[in-house]
Amino acid sequence: MTSQTQTGEGLARPDTRTKLYWAINDNLVLIGRHLGHLTRSPDQLFTALMLPATLLLLFRFMFGGAIDVGNTAYVNYLVPGILVIGVTMVAVSTSAAVQSDMQEGVVDRYRTIAMADSAVIVGHVVAAVVRATISLVAMVGLGIAVGFRPAGSALDWVLVAGTLLLFAFSLAWVAAALGLLARSADGASGLGLILMFSPYASSAFVQPETLPDGLRGFVEHQPVTLVVDTVRALLLGLPAGNTGWYAVIWWVVILGVAAPVATRLYHRRYA
Amino acid sequence: MENEYAIQVRGLRKDYGRVEALRGVDLDVRRGTLLALLGPNGSGKTTVVKTLSTLTRPSRGSVVVNGYDVTRRRNGVRSSIGMVSQFVALDRLHSGRENLVLLGRLQKLSKTNATRRAAQLLERFELTEAADRPVKTYSGGMKRRLDLAVSLIVTPPVLLLDEPTTGLDPRSRAVLWEAIRQLLGEGITILLTTQYLEEADRLADQIAVLNDGRIIALGTAAQLKQGVGRERVAVVLSGPEDFRRAGDLLVGPGLTRDPETRTISLAIDGPSRVKHLLDVLAEHRLAIDSLSLTKPTLDDVFFALTQRASDPPDADSMPARREPNDELGALR
Repeated sequence: MTSQTQTGEGLARPDTRTKLYWAINDNLVLIGRHLGHLTRSPDQLFTALMLPATLLLLFRFMFGGAIDVGNTAYVNYLVPGILVIGVTMVAVSTSAAVQSDMQEGVVDRYRTIAMADSAVIVGHVVAAVVRATISLVAMVGLGIAVGFRPAGSALDWVLVAGTLLLFAFSLAWVAAALGLLARSADGASGLGLILMFSPYASSAFVQPETLPDGLRGFVEHQPVTLVVDTVRALLLGLPAGNTGWYAVIWWVVILGVAAPVATRLYHRRYA
Repeated sequence: MENEYAIQVRGLRKDYGRVEALRGVDLDVRRGTLLALLGPNGSGKTTVVKTLSTLTRPSRGSVVVNGYDVTRRRNGVRSSIGMVSQFVALDRLHSGRENLVLLGRLQKLSKTNATRRAAQLLERFELTEAADRPVKTYSGGMKRRLDLAVSLIVTPPVLLLDEPTTGLDPRSRAVLWEAIRQLLGEGITILLTTQYLEEADRLADQIAVLNDGRIIALGTAAQLKQGVGRERVAVVLSGPEDFRRAGDLLVGPGLTRDPETRTISLAIDGPSRVKHLLDVLAEHRLAIDSLSLTKPTLDDVFFALTQRASDPPDADSMPARREPNDELGALR
């Protein structure tokens, strides 16, 4: 057997392509891997959709009647919060997926071949954004089915999509960092709780004006509230002031911290 | 770059905090040969493999794989090795074929070539039937075979196998052994870690025995087994008094006494020596409950290796060794 047939014919082609070409190749291959999980393990996505869907129905039909949000129907107030909860649930599953990859030795394999290191985390992050998009579309659809009547223009919708995708992208890096930090599956789900509860202490369900002072100060200014308020203002055609800008600045800064931290944590595991 | 040795390790030390995993390891693996790194759990085998595969950095010493230094030329090393770690490194949700194609594409194969190569490997490792099922439905043996196949998607000059057969049933083990022999035939250099002397014996050109972070012996299987004997005999004495007397009477290489089970075990050079032993016991009216013959285990080799330095065997004191020890050569 010659070495040509061992590797398959023509496989040893000279590598004339640039490093960047192969980095993009590696990123795409691993993004493909994670997207493949969507169809192979639909329960993962299903779990991430169940919670926001249940909360939407629960608040729309059971608790909503008791909550006064001023001059709009409660369902209109509620849906922007549900969208954000959908994104955070996706982030929780991202943490778990990163942790289990590190645990199961799949990543050791990647580390022993000459490929772009960045692809390992980027693959997870991009797949998380895709899952978040699916969740967002599903929750808007379900919202409309139960009476959500948005008033925003086409431009407003584009801005909503942009804000939520930035939120999903930054949060995915945070989730990846938490997944890398966790030493076990239990650890990952514990850290995931931080992500999961972040929208509960926001303006997702109730107006912050109704809260006691200390809590209110936190809720009004925390970055998840800024996203909820921005999306709500745009979809309902309300004045938003500078909320949108604050939301964008917050989440760009969070991204600027989380991405390098996640990258460092990834490299640290191989001291 | 074409160097006689595919792996060269000099003075390798690795400590994790205060724990010293490796305390100065030297190894040379000639191209196209297999070196078995034999040792118990915790001896540092996996740390050696991790260092060779760039998963961990050496604390001190130099490690060169296929001409590339593991700290300075990581990518060179990574392009030179295939690695099968102790833990199955596969995507459980994807099929065997998809796992292979994915790793091929990460190693710069086109989709067509990766697909073609995957089909070849699935066939070679008897996985064609299961090729399109998710890996989570595979048996342990199938996963190990696929893991090895994945590490060969681009044929590496150097293959690192960390306990590839631990926990496998005999059939799967035989399939893997056969595959390893074939790879050697193709000129690949292999470093394999194992806890089983038998495995090292069957596959290795050279065996390095690792204990507590140090290489305590290096040689061929025959060399290592000298002093351990080709086989071991174990006798269970009928009573504690017989056990005590027999313990005083018998001396020999690799002798062990276990008062709990009243068992005395020692190395012999062939089954014919059993008669000697029984004669000696009968002569002194020592009664036994049972007698068994076993192949030397890793424990026996360790025992012999650690004994040899401090306690050179006395050739005359053991009845079974009264004749010159030339049978090993004669039988080979």
